[in-house]
Amino acid sequence: MIYLDSAATALHRPPAVGEAMGRALYAMGNAGRGVHGPALAAARLIYGVREKAAALFGVSDPGRVAFTANATQALNIAVEGLIRPGDHVITTAREHNSLLRPLYRREAAGAELTILPADGLGRVDFDALEDALRPNTRAVAVGHASNVTGDAVDLRRIADFTRTHGLLLIVDAAQTAGELPIDMEDLGIDVLCFTGHKGLMGPQGTGGLCVREGLDIPPLLVGGSGFRSFDRTHPAELPEALEAGTLNGHGLAGLGAALDYILERGVEDIRRTEDALARRFLAGVRAIPGVTLCGGWDAAVRAPIVTLNVGELDAGEVGRRLWDGAEICVRAGVHCAPLMHRALGTAERGAVRFSFSCFNTEAEIDRAVRAVAEIAGEG
Amino acid sequence: MREKKRCAVLTFRTTTEAMAMERRCGEQGIPGRLIPVPKEIAAGCGLAWRMEAEDYARLRPELERLGLRFQRAAEMMLY
Repeated sequence: MIYLDSAATALHRPPAVGEAMGRALYAMGNAGRGVHGPALAAARLIYGVREKAAALFGVSDPGRVAFTANATQALNIAVEGLIRPGDHVITTAREHNSLLRPLYRREAAGAELTILPADGLGRVDFDALEDALRPNTRAVAVGHASNVTGDAVDLRRIADFTRTHGLLLIVDAAQTAGELPIDMEDLGIDVLCFTGHKGLMGPQGTGGLCVREGLDIPPLLVGGSGFRSFDRTHPAELPEALEAGTLNGHGLAGLGAALDYILERGVEDIRRTEDALARRFLAGVRAIPGVTLCGGWDAAVRAPIVTLNVGELDAGEVGRRLWDGAEICVRAGVHCAPLMHRALGTAERGAVRFSFSCFNTEAEIDRAVRAVAEIAGEG
Repeated sequence: MREKKRCAVLTFRTTTEAMAMERRCGEQGIPGRLIPVPKEIAAGCGLAWRMEAEDYARLRPELERLGLRFQRAAEMMLY
């Protein structure tokens, strides 16, 4: 089997991830719920994961890292908590439904939404931010890299805009955390949302958000906190303000081990490795008659994704043939990014996404290119 | 027979602040340990940092230098 679906979820992981989870299952109590050994072991471990995530994302205070089940939950917390009725938000057509749907819901509740369009190559003209600005604009909410084309946006440029106009910048890093360098404080990001199970190579059920010092986000969920139990309201202080209920400590143990690997190896080395694999695949499939690529391939920085179509075939059919014929795992469809696929002209038949891990090999890439060529030849 | 000692008990706004206290103090060799918040300070549950009162008086500037946050420090006799 050749796994080229890492943008959906990691399958290749450092072995330490599973080992840490296995240990945690039999050693961790409930963090913040007592002072016996297993409870303190859990609290210590989770605090350590906050430290590692803070180090990775350029956050000086680990207490500003709150854990969630995934990026979707983190984005819901940010959008629901920060966008009030009457506020205006700017986003783009490149976004995943994990960001679009929370924004649509705020729009239905009285917020205003501007969606910057994408062109036929999935690119957004961020000069249009100036024109989109309104007196009630509160935030710009964008994905760091498209989960369809892999193209990354220039976060520094967008952050300059939000800083200049006193706006909040909410970033969805689901496709880039662990794969592209992100320094939240250096860039001036207000809320950075991430998932643990893609580029970070942790388990599913982990994710979180980093919140800039001085910014309060009302909780989406309230409930058990482990302290101030007689208060009728949930504690307002980060990170526990955004972590009602028992955390996924066992999953976070795995995420911590994955972060150890990433911090030791370095994001830049991972990026270089994955980018080289993506470009090797790109060079191979570009030469195949009948293959149509999605995206402009001119972004300065990219997530390791190549998305394409073959002849007139439905994307799902290509994905099926790749699996049945060569045991190659890809993601065919519209990738929960409806506006992006409309812009690309692939809303009807979808597209086939190949996404790469730093653990993939050149031999796997070359086999995948041959498999695409075979399908293109079959018609 | 165990004797009570005069202690400083530091309380926190969050569990994470308590864990930061334990981590940094451990790294710096500052004595103390996590305990449940004594009922004299707050009803409910939560973690507190217990130090001997003398150590706290001597090391308080160091805790501040390390940027460690706590809600308040109460002095009491504890085993």
